[in-house]
This record gives sequence, C-alpha cells and structure tokens, in this order.
Amino acid sequence: MKIHEYQAKAILAKFGVPVPRGEVVFKKDEASAAAQRLGTPVVVVKAQIHAGGRGKGGGVKLAKSPDEAAKLAEQILGMRLVTPQTGPEGRIVRRLLVEEGLDIKRELYLSVLVDRALGVPVFMASAAGGMEIEEVAKKNPEAILRETIHPVTGVQPYQARKLAFGLGLAPEVVNAAVPFFQSLYRAFTETDASLLEINPCVVTGDGRLVALDAKVNFDDNALYRHPTFKDLRDLEEESPLEVEASKFKLNYIKLDGTIGCMVNGAGLAMATMDIIKLSGGSPANFLDVGGGASEDQVKNAFRILLSDPEVRAVFVNIFGGILRCDVLASGVVNAAKELKLKMPVVVRMEGTNVEQGKEILRNSGFNFTVAEGMRDGAQKVVKLAGSAR
Amino acid sequence: MSVLLDKNTRVVVQGLTGREGSFHAQQMLEYGTKVVAGVTPGKGGMKHLDVPIFNTVADAVSATRANASIIFVPPPFAADAILEAADAGLPLIVCITEGIPTLDMVRVAAVLKDSKSRLIGPNCPGIISPGLSKMGIMPGPIHKQGHVGVVSRSGTLTYEAVDQLTRLGIGQSTCIGIGGDPIIGTTFLDAVRLFNDDPETRAIVMIGEIGGNAEEVAAAYIKKHVKKPVVGFIAGQTAPPGRRMGHAGAIISGGQGTAADKYVAMRAAGIHTVQSPADIGETIAKVLGKSKARSSSKKKSAAKSKRRGSRK
Repeated sequence: MKIHEYQAKAILAKFGVPVPRGEVVFKKDEASAAAQRLGTPVVVVKAQIHAGGRGKGGGVKLAKSPDEAAKLAEQILGMRLVTPQTGPEGRIVRRLLVEEGLDIKRELYLSVLVDRALGVPVFMASAAGGMEIEEVAKKNPEAILRETIHPVTGVQPYQARKLAFGLGLAPEVVNAAVPFFQSLYRAFTETDASLLEINPCVVTGDGRLVALDAKVNFDDNALYRHPTFKDLRDLEEESPLEVEASKFKLNYIKLDGTIGCMVNGAGLAMATMDIIKLSGGSPANFLDVGGGASEDQVKNAFRILLSDPEVRAVFVNIFGGILRCDVLASGVVNAAKELKLKMPVVVRMEGTNVEQGKEILRNSGFNFTVAEGMRDGAQKVVKLAGSAR
Repeated sequence: MSVLLDKNTRVVVQGLTGREGSFHAQQMLEYGTKVVAGVTPGKGGMKHLDVPIFNTVADAVSATRANASIIFVPPPFAADAILEAADAGLPLIVCITEGIPTLDMVRVAAVLKDSKSRLIGPNCPGIISPGLSKMGIMPGPIHKQGHVGVVSRSGTLTYEAVDQLTRLGIGQSTCIGIGGDPIIGTTFLDAVRLFNDDPETRAIVMIGEIGGNAEEVAAAYIKKHVKKPVVGFIAGQTAPPGRRMGHAGAIISGGQGTAADKYVAMRAAGIHTVQSPADIGETIAKVLGKSKARSSSKKKSAAKSKRRGSRK
C-alpha cells in the first residue's frame, strides 16, 4: 500500500525522525495561511501524488511569500502532473504539502527495504541525494553503500556510523546520524513497511539531518496488524476498476490492451497475458480470481472486465484441477445471463467434469467459444478481438 | 525416483481440523500420503478423518514419529506454526499459507538458517512425488510418475506445465512449488541442486516469474554444474514495471527482476528457454528425445559432450 509524502513524514516524525515543519492543504487559501504560520522566508509547495519525480514535472515550487504560495497552489492544484513514474496520462493533483524552506548544504539518499536474496532488512545509502537510486546503481554502483541488518539486533550504532562516515559526513553530523538511522529502522519494522525511502535526506547549514522527502510503502500482508492505516489510503490515487476489484478480493491490474483476461492463479494469469501477446493480441488486464474461482468471484470479475471500454473479447483460462468444471461453467453462464453478455468469450478450462462443463457452455445460448488448451484459446481470442473492432 | 518426499514420509498436518486443512488432508490421504497426525491447539486427543490430533507438534512427533509437516493455518499464525515445526526437529516443513507478513518471514528465515529443517513455501502449492506421496494442494490425477523434476514459483501454472508433460506421456520425479513470496525457504537453486543430484531425474523444468533474482542465481549454478537438460519459462514478459502481479514477490522494481533479464541469464546457462507457456511440455519431449538418441549413438554423444564443454 502506498501513502502520500505528508502522511509518511507524519509517521516518521512519530518515531523521532526529523522532518521539515509543514501542513497539508487542499485549497489555495489554505496554502497562504499555512505559509503565514510557517513564517520562513521561503516555503516549498509540493504536489502530493503517489509517484516520484514530481519536481521534474513542475509539481514542486518555491514561494517567497504567502501570496506567492497561494498563487502556486492555484497553479498546481487540479493540474495533471506528468512525471517519469506516472506514465503519459499523469495524475490530477488534489493535495499539497506546504513546508518550511531549509538551508540545504548536502543531499543524501537513504532507504530501508528487505533484501529478498538474503532475507534480511538492508540500509542503502548514497551521497548522490536527489538522484534516483536506480540511476546511481546503473552509472556508479560502488557509490551505493549497503548495510544488512540482523533482525534480532536491529541496526547497531556501529552500522549507522559506518554508513555516515561512508557518506563523508562530518563527525558532529555522524553523531546525529546514529539516532536518525535507528529511528528510521524502528519506523520500518514497527509499521511493517516494505520500503522506506528518504530522497533526499539533507544536511542543513547548522549541521542537522532532515528527511526532506519521504516515501513509505506498507506490506499489504501486514495491514491486519495496523487497522488505522486504512484511513491513509487515497482511493483517488488508484484506478477505479482496481478499487472495485479489491472489494471482492480480486487481484486486478488494468493494462492498455483489448483482451480481458480472467485466470485462476497469479503465475498462470501472467503467462496468459504473455501468450496473448505472443499470439498477436494485447491483454487489457491482469486478473487472478484465486485458486477456487467461486461463482460469485467469476460474476464480479466479469462485471469488472466488461466495464473496461477498451475490451473487445474476453479470455477465461481456468486450470481447476480439483475445481469442478461443470460448477465453473454454470457460474460463467449465470454471470453472462445477469450481465446480458454480448461480447465474444473464449473459455479454456481444465479440471474434473470438463466435458460436462463444455456442454453447459455450448448449450447456454451465449457467444462462448470453447478452447482446447492455452495456445488454442489465445489464438481464438486474438482473432475474435480483432474482428470485433 | 524422487527428492525430499517419498512413500515413507510421515506427515503431520498443522491446522488439520480447519476447512482448508481438512479438505486437503482428505485429498492427501486419498493420494496415498501417510498422514499420521494433526495439530490443533486445544483439540488434542480427538480424531479427525481418523487421524489423531495433538495439541503441539512436539507431542505429535513423539507419538507418531512424523518427519514432515504441512501447514494450513491462517497468515497471522503461520510464522509461529513454522517455528513450532522447526523446533520439533522436523526435517521437512511445507507451508501453504498465503499472505504472511514479510517481516514475519524475515524472523523465521533467521531461525531456520541455524536449524536442520528445510522449508518449502510459503504461499505455494506444496510438493508431490507422483505415485508416491503428495504434501500439497495440487490435483493428484494430472501427475504421472517419471523422470522430470519440476520447480516453480507458481501454483496453477505448474499444473499447466505438469499437465502438458503427462499428456505427452512424460512423468515427473518430483514437482516442487517454491512459492510466490519474496522470502521463501527452498529456492530455485536448492531445488535444482536436489534434482541434479537425484540419479532418477533426467531433465528439469524451471518455471520462474518476474521479481527478484533467484532465477539468475540458479542459472549461474546450472551453467557450472548441471549436465541434465533444463527447460525454462518466465511468466510476466508483458507485466508492467512497479506493479505487484498477484504474488507478493512478483514485481519489477527499479528495473530489476524483469523477464528479459532472466531469459538472458537462462540462455547464457544453456537452458532451453521457451517464450510460450504452451511449449514447455513439447520442449521437454524434444530435449529428452535428443538425449535418448545421443546415448544410443556414439557420434551424437560426442556432439553432446562438445556442447557441454561449450557451456562452461
């Protein structure tokens, strides 16, 4: 789960990580009032969207007066902000963070995440703050410092010092870095974060370390331990169809093709997208209805697939095994009846009672094409999607 | 004939009395798996599916000499269940549970490192040695006893591949679903090593997906040490970067973990890669056919050793 920068900073502050003073605002007038309250000669007006690279897209500006802050807020609020991470369609800005301006001497990069191969949390740091870490990794991999953390001991002071000296910080700043890193680590583990990224972390003129930006992603699997986090979710940052799908525990990701896919299991769902592409078509979505593919899930999945205006044909690829195909087929037919389905649908299924299942589909009166195997199904659906244009 | 699991494996089911545990324990019993005990705290002394239930894994092990556990408990309790099985000294632990918090698995992994237990999963379909025993949720009848080792991060996609093999009359020695989470017990590398060392396994199918670099690590090992033919497929060639594709571990982050990179590593290791998931079975048939033909003709086996040499 992703959250906004201002929410991430509020969480970090609770764990004792220094962050700039700032306020979230939703209207132009609130921006000038916030700037007034902050009272610094310069304030920063920052667009709040769930994507990085906001500065490059014109979503981060400096204001030298409350009036200017209001003017900038008016400009940025409601704009379609396009950054390297949003894709060409961009995101509408609905919230701003107005922050005190700081006297910045140096910019650093810091993050905490889990190293999959080692199975432990790792700190990453680089002196090239403000740059994307992927870029640093490509151009100058030895500039990235890594410190793996034992889950039992947590980050130790010597490890924080190693990183801080490695970044070339002055001794008095190193002293501040130790509690800074420890607070970051506590925030990471106690919120069950999957990523905590401070880019940049700045050294100020008076030698303080401050998290100038903050990105926190939570581990979806651990959200049950943090019931209050659901209030941090911003549904406007998510695709409406994906929000709808999540209500029914369907794993749905919208893509830009024309063939709707309904598959059980994540790996098979990805492989189905791949084989559609190989057959000359393009998938409209990733959709995993789960191992069981119950009638209710099939129905909701169809409803969501069909509400995507780009979809020209649907490919249902279910490898049941234990699942009974006659039950699945009845579910598909019932969903088609309820939704008054007109679109061509190719069904490929495997499992027990597969012949009865095919009979049910053939006799349903709907436009179902029964496929023998994945390749056959993909080829048939690509043809149908092409001719349905 | 198989790795890790055979007719003599004595299985305890943690969470046997739950809905999932009960259904799949029944399926395992029907397949011929020796399910000797169940564990549900508070239900010790009862019987379920005619299997004795114990309060703790330790009790179950001392009473039944169980030597493997399969876990069907809900995510909040799964890490505890794995640790309990490891503490009881079980050499093989299979965890089916999907949705365990990553930091729980970080702590579990730290403990398992110093134990003699091997974990398969979590978030996996389990392991099956066709015709002998199954510890998992995969459909038994699509499998056939034989000589191909299958290792995969996915559930239903593994069934798809196994089904292709079986339809072509090609059996499997053991199929291991290693799971779709970022932190798992047994990795591709571990599974490939086991298959490589198993004299009855003649070819290996490796089904990866986007995210992480476990496929690349296994490919590097294969390049150096594996002479058996390996067929590889990676799911998610069309997946957009930055999105989690169903599995917690299936995400391209920061340009890392793409299908393209994994294919490059696999090809460099001499793995027979397929772009289409529908070609897995036929490609195994082809490479097995070839290696049979090679062993029957001197000329061809010379060609084979030449090819082997070029792998290094």
